[in-house]
Amino acid sequence: MEGERICEVDSGDGLGADIISTVEFNHTGELLATGDKGGRVVIFQREPESKNEPYNQGEYNVYSTFQSHEPEFDYLKSLEIEEKINKIKWLPQQNAAHSLLSTNDKTIKLWKITERDKRPEGYNLKDEEGKLKDLSTVTSLQVPVLKPMDLMVEVTPRRIFANGHTYHVNSISVNSDCETYMSADDLRINLWHLAITDRSFNIVDIKPANMEDLTEVITASEFHPHHCNLFVYSSSKGSLRLCDMRASALCDKHSKLYEEPEDPSNRSFFSEIISSVSDVKFSHSGRYMLTRDYLTVKVWDLNMETKPVETYQVHDYLRSKLCSLYENDCIFDKFECAWNGSDSVIMTGAYNNFFRMFDRNTKRDVTLEASRESSKPRAILKPRRVCVGGKRRKDDISVDSLDFTKKILHTAWHPTENIIAIAATNNLYIFQDKVNSEMH
Amino acid sequence: MGEEEGLHQTPFLDTMFVRGLKRKCFDGEEDIEGTLAGIKAIPSYNLQRQSLLDMSLVKLQLCHMLVEPNLCRSVLIANTVRQIQEEMTQDGTWQMINTQSTGQASLDRLVSTDILCRSSRDHQAEGKHGPAYGTFNKDFESDQAQDNSETMSTASAVQTPRNLQSNVWEMESPQENKGNFQKSLDQIFETLENKSPNTVEDLFSEVDNSYYDLDTMLTGMMSNTKMGHCDSLETFSSPTNTASNSNCKSDLNDLDHIVEILVES
Repeated sequence: MEGERICEVDSGDGLGADIISTVEFNHTGELLATGDKGGRVVIFQREPESKNEPYNQGEYNVYSTFQSHEPEFDYLKSLEIEEKINKIKWLPQQNAAHSLLSTNDKTIKLWKITERDKRPEGYNLKDEEGKLKDLSTVTSLQVPVLKPMDLMVEVTPRRIFANGHTYHVNSISVNSDCETYMSADDLRINLWHLAITDRSFNIVDIKPANMEDLTEVITASEFHPHHCNLFVYSSSKGSLRLCDMRASALCDKHSKLYEEPEDPSNRSFFSEIISSVSDVKFSHSGRYMLTRDYLTVKVWDLNMETKPVETYQVHDYLRSKLCSLYENDCIFDKFECAWNGSDSVIMTGAYNNFFRMFDRNTKRDVTLEASRESSKPRAILKPRRVCVGGKRRKDDISVDSLDFTKKILHTAWHPTENIIAIAATNNLYIFQDKVNSEMH
Repeated sequence: MGEEEGLHQTPFLDTMFVRGLKRKCFDGEEDIEGTLAGIKAIPSYNLQRQSLLDMSLVKLQLCHMLVEPNLCRSVLIANTVRQIQEEMTQDGTWQMINTQSTGQASLDRLVSTDILCRSSRDHQAEGKHGPAYGTFNKDFESDQAQDNSETMSTASAVQTPRNLQSNVWEMESPQENKGNFQKSLDQIFETLENKSPNTVEDLFSEVDNSYYDLDTMLTGMMSNTKMGHCDSLETFSSPTNTASNSNCKSDLNDLDHIVEILVES
């Protein structure tokens, strides 16, 4: 894959305000939104391909930047509410404007992004600067005309969905009906109408009557891409629950429960922690679900609840390091996962700025690195390898040399083309596969 | 093993693991006696397990110092602690650790008492475990007489296992067990739980006096008790009907104003 490093939002003061916390393509892939720890959203737009400069095709440039969320203070708990953007989801485009939902731990906001590239000139009562004209100087009437101007992108908050969540929001998902969306926190999932901000319906509630009995939380959730009544949510115990909103108002009873029995030979005190699902994504076809837990990605068939149909090892060499990873908290890192447009390849991040891709058809996998050194513009990415001892080839990295502070938690895949966006701490990398640009 | 970077805060645990003495980490069903053979060279399973328990308890404590604890992480750590304690209960080993003052698990301390377990508890063969690590069961009430000012674990009376959760975490005599690292699991989760504005009175009534000595947990609770005026709280804490274009920043300014009023009163 050819790589081009796009945007380095380098936080020189070290405050970490620009650590990227979410990445999302819109439905056409023309726009790419990123959210960061400082509550900002940056939208990139793909340059239209021009025949004159074929090598310049498809570059992403900054389209708009705005402050989505500000830090808040919860007076009742005397705790700060972080402005970090947890998730961004685009709405399907219905007119000239683009809309997206962005959320921090507590509040979801609907933003409308519009372009202005013309402005009216030739008013009768006002002059060019907007001052009222002296009416005695007006001798004839003119019709104002629209003249082109420099493109201006305007972003306005259209809705603010507040006070819906006691716990931290971890996911939002827009329904295929384009009218509703859901937001999930650790214990509850709410259903909102995009036009109504003062109320929401609670559709899942796993909070026990006695908080002492709490042993499981919701970690991610998503609507089915085609069936507007179906959604899935994952838990910290490694299970998936498919729920049907037609069954009852409160979907505490799942329609299907997807759970793989524990492998007794691999049991340890960390078994539960590493089975916790950090991300769940439906395939574009709607037939499969992709889950990420600490060491693997799994493909589940909606029709089979007993076990996944495919399991891929992301970094099994960490299995012997779980105790250290527990101590330094890395074992709680939440990695995301992604499908390509044709559901034939899946991708997820790892440590040392590595990310992994698995081809479901050929069963081949590759490890690539997102770093400044390895991705000068137009550079070809070189596959990397982690050696676990035994034979070590040149350029291999040993497990002990891995940098666990460089983690790729957020990745996104263009909906139709082989273009991926990788967030590595405060850098965004965009890689394109020039050879196989079209999906097949 | 290669360079010691990043991953090697607990070298002995990983080393033990890599050497293959246990290919599985902390597998409770493995023969414990086998580990005692190399007890001087390699830390025993019990010590490792205890170390993991201690680490987990520290993590649960530390998460309260953060701005707002990550509930998923807390739940996973708490489940790990429960798992360890269940296993220790089945093994019949309860150990009081004095790591705060000494900095290390003090083996001498583990063997120091010889207290019988509760009669209702059926113990597994006590002779199974090496003497160095103590096969005793501590009677919780006897413990209180000892100097427990810096204990970390919250071992409780080992009674019938009907509800291990409440037994394990119950503090029968809070005054005796002050110290930075003792709290019950239910109180951990209660502080995470948001009190709705309608139960402001309940919020204050649940404040437990025994925790006023703990500086970690009080960040949330104590500052709430200072607030005092229920009416003012209800005014600004009721869910607001935000106008569609209202800015969070203006909300913050309003709340600043209200807090000024409260503080002055």
